[in-house]
Amino acid sequence: MWAFIHKLGSPKWFYGISAKLQPWFWAAAALLLITGSLWGLAFAPADYQQGNSFRIIYVHVPAAFLAQSIFISMAVSGLVFMVWKIKVADMAAAVMAPLGAAMTFVALFSGAVWGVPTWGTWWMWDARLTSMLILLFLYLGVIALRGAFTSRDSASRAASVLAMVGVINIPIIKYSVDWWYTLHQPASFTLTSRPTMPTEMWLPLVIMVLGFYSFFIALTLMRTRSEILRREASKRWVQELVNGQMMKVPAEETR
Amino acid sequence: MQETGLQETGSHSSSHSSSSSSLYGADATADVLPVPLLEHKGGLMIAVKATLVRDLTLLLRRRGEVLNPLVFFALVITLFPIAISPDPELLATIAPGLLWVAALLAALLSLDSLFRSDYDDGSLEQLLLAPQPLAALSVAKVAVHWLLTGLPLALMAPLLGIMLALPVGSYAVLALSLALGTASLSLIGAIGAALTVGLARGGVLLSLLVLPLYIPVLIFGAGAVQAAILGDGVSAHLAILGALLAASLMSAPWAIAASLRISING
Repeated sequence: MWAFIHKLGSPKWFYGISAKLQPWFWAAAALLLITGSLWGLAFAPADYQQGNSFRIIYVHVPAAFLAQSIFISMAVSGLVFMVWKIKVADMAAAVMAPLGAAMTFVALFSGAVWGVPTWGTWWMWDARLTSMLILLFLYLGVIALRGAFTSRDSASRAASVLAMVGVINIPIIKYSVDWWYTLHQPASFTLTSRPTMPTEMWLPLVIMVLGFYSFFIALTLMRTRSEILRREASKRWVQELVNGQMMKVPAEETR
Repeated sequence: MQETGLQETGSHSSSHSSSSSSLYGADATADVLPVPLLEHKGGLMIAVKATLVRDLTLLLRRRGEVLNPLVFFALVITLFPIAISPDPELLATIAPGLLWVAALLAALLSLDSLFRSDYDDGSLEQLLLAPQPLAALSVAKVAVHWLLTGLPLALMAPLLGIMLALPVGSYAVLALSLALGTASLSLIGAIGAALTVGLARGGVLLSLLVLPLYIPVLIFGAGAVQAAILGDGVSAHLAILGALLAASLMSAPWAIAASLRISING
């Protein structure tokens, strides 16, 4: 068990194992996303109330899921980094943050677009939209804090602490915003009491969610690999790897 | 006179340095083992009290810094009737939110100086080196910050409430909710202040980090005042504000201490 954790902590080992895992996740992501979007956008039946505009949930819901999951995994990576000093965990947290912010933005934007035919306006101070907006600010705070330090080690630890503080606060913020919204409820536009979705509507949604997650894992692996190369550039194995590739390229060109 | 006396003693000791150093060396070797890790009379409560007294004294000597947030609070409240409308009915409806947002911003404004001067003159490092837990000492610093920022803001708010035509009967709730709420704000904000104290320009970043975390306190604080105006029960809101304070009192000190260590070591 400890040997495994030690191996996991080694950037070199992670670089090797992620190279093997990466193609599988890319393939799964491509397959699931193509199947899910074709099925969801073209073949799933239209909603009896919202017509075709409901189809935006095939982007909106997975993005919203991912936005929250990425923050949690960022905080868990931060905890792992702070407790066991595993550098790979911090590299993963560093590359996850912009992706999470992007997913939060996608969820917000698709929510706003969906709001036009449904609510008749681009923005409503709806409880879920407001929580998402606050989540976006939390992401921006973590990214800005990491960028503000000149020393990389301080930046990593500060961003880890902030991610953990944020993840403790997310449920508190979520419930207080929900409470605030029920108190100030405007004219009822909510669609929470929708009848349960038929199978041919939610199955593509599940596929899309799985596809988004595979895409996230594949992209995180890829970006962590380049982060490893950048941060470990002074290590011998990285230099040997890079030099080996550089030697190979001219050799092939001359042939 | 005193200075010359000091110089004399200084030169005196230096002239006898060779003999005295050997003497001290002998003493040190004899005393190495009996020196306890925790000094006698160095208990936690004494250290906390010493930090409280020191910070209070320092801040009371710089009264301008204590007054600035209050003036800022009054100024921001003055801006709103000018920008929106002097109509008392309209102002009364938005007064709870305005007062709370302005007080929150005033408290935020003073956060940057919470650890700044201690960081600059090195006394923060001494606090880190103290044998007492840093979390407890930082709570003392935050308590002083609240005493001289949050509490005055809470006491001043009813006065500004009158100017905004806040309905009678909600003044006590306004002051109480602000007093409870600003304590949580000071604790949460101190995490951000500790994280940014090592940065040259931490001010704007500090507000970006801290403001999203302030939202629950704002919701229940402004909600308490609104409930008081509507005649609903306010105890639920105040209880949740108290719960938020208890939760932040329990968890924030560890985050503050960890952040201070990061800022000092980096």
